[in-house]
Amino acid sequence: MSEVSSQKPVAQAQTESETAASRRAKRPLSDYRPLIADYFRAAGAVIWKDLSAERRSKELISAMLVFSLLVVLIFNFALELDRQARENVVSGVLWVTFIFAGTIGLNRSLAMEKDRGSLDGLLLAPVDRSALYFGKAVGNLIFMGLVEAIILPLLSVLFNLPLSHPLLLLVVLLGTVGYAAVGTLLASIAVHSRARDVMLPIMLFPVAIPVLVASVKASAAILAAAGWDEIGLWINLLIGYDVIFVAIAFMVFDYVVEE
Amino acid sequence: MEKSSRNLQILNIATILLMVIATGLVFLYAPQERTMGEVQRIFYFHVPSAWVSMLAFFVTLVTSIAYLRSGNPRWDIIGRSSVEVGLIFTLMTILSGSIWARPSWNTWWTWDPRLTTYTIMALIYVAYLMLRQSIEDPERRARLAAVYGIVGFVTVPLTFMSIRWWRTIHPVVIGSGSATAQGGFDMTSPMRLVFFFSLFAFTVLYFCFLASRVRLENLAERVEQMKAKLLSAGG
Repeated sequence: MSEVSSQKPVAQAQTESETAASRRAKRPLSDYRPLIADYFRAAGAVIWKDLSAERRSKELISAMLVFSLLVVLIFNFALELDRQARENVVSGVLWVTFIFAGTIGLNRSLAMEKDRGSLDGLLLAPVDRSALYFGKAVGNLIFMGLVEAIILPLLSVLFNLPLSHPLLLLVVLLGTVGYAAVGTLLASIAVHSRARDVMLPIMLFPVAIPVLVASVKASAAILAAAGWDEIGLWINLLIGYDVIFVAIAFMVFDYVVEE
Repeated sequence: MEKSSRNLQILNIATILLMVIATGLVFLYAPQERTMGEVQRIFYFHVPSAWVSMLAFFVTLVTSIAYLRSGNPRWDIIGRSSVEVGLIFTLMTILSGSIWARPSWNTWWTWDPRLTTYTIMALIYVAYLMLRQSIEDPERRARLAAVYGIVGFVTVPLTFMSIRWWRTIHPVVIGSGSATAQGGFDMTSPMRLVFFFSLFAFTVLYFCFLASRVRLENLAERVEQMKAKLLSAGG
């Protein structure tokens, strides 16, 4: 009697594991590809929407660009610069300009979504919410990148210093990625508050200090042709910051936009 | 209600006792430090304040995560109260540090990494309170503040690391044999006793403040509910 009853559970367990394995086998990896494709398609759609809206109205880029030029102008008057001083401050001026312009872009990009109700429309899409974050963040990155592509040569001319070193461009990219990542998340928080335009800088600047410090120090080190240990230190910090905050943003974005 | 306010009373009395004993220990029992003299005694208030402020903000991190996962508003109340109490301890730390710095370093303030990071941290949590104030819907306010509480706390160690790769003149207390840390000192064992007792007293003080603040917030919520009920019944 006992042998029969002990055999039955074993047999049952065998068939159970067989069905589980067959269930697993029935969903090959290619089954997941549509989901991943949907995700990136959704993010791509958001990016494309932002880019085409911008191409028609040009409101973001023009605002960011004009503001950056004004900031550079103000720095020109605020800091009396001889050749040596110019070399010292150019990386600081560069990043302050990018950060102020970036803040404007972030603010307006999310505010446009909320005011026109398109944020609600996006949320209706049957896709993981973080795809929306991804799309928004990449869109903001592209806009900041466009402005930087214009400002960098301009600063190079105004300060009479070469700013085209490839490592410098890498640092600009990494810093902008970090800033856009945190900025998009915090902008989507700030857009719900009453004092929306003021709230984003108040929240963002303290949190983005590591990006600012690392980018300025790395840029200065690159322009001064310092050794790799110093430059590498700051680049590692930038990469670490980017990874950490992109991960956090992905995890919490759902909570920010849920209704 | 009665029971919780009695527990709070006990906590209050215990806190007062502990703080009085700690103060007595600091001024009467702790030995005078060799290089810095009497002013070093601020250390027994300054460092516990700093640690407790970090504890407060860590508590906010925990409650923020808990609130996002559970949606229970009690977590939000604790988190918000902890930020307020933490900012008080932050202010105490900065003030006591300045008072200590003036005779020791001949300056009220310096932009060394620890001080700079600490200031940034204070600004982050001031921004937290400003964010809360600027959102009207209570559920959304709690949720967004929780997200910012998480982001804000995570950035503090990164900020510290980034700024630390500059110079530091902040005293290194534990085992300062190195010549690079100016104004460091080792602790003898009576000093250690006083320090840890003071740390304990300040931690109890934090919980006392936190409990009072949470109770206040709970009472305010009840008033709101009663007001809403009254208005809807009358209208």
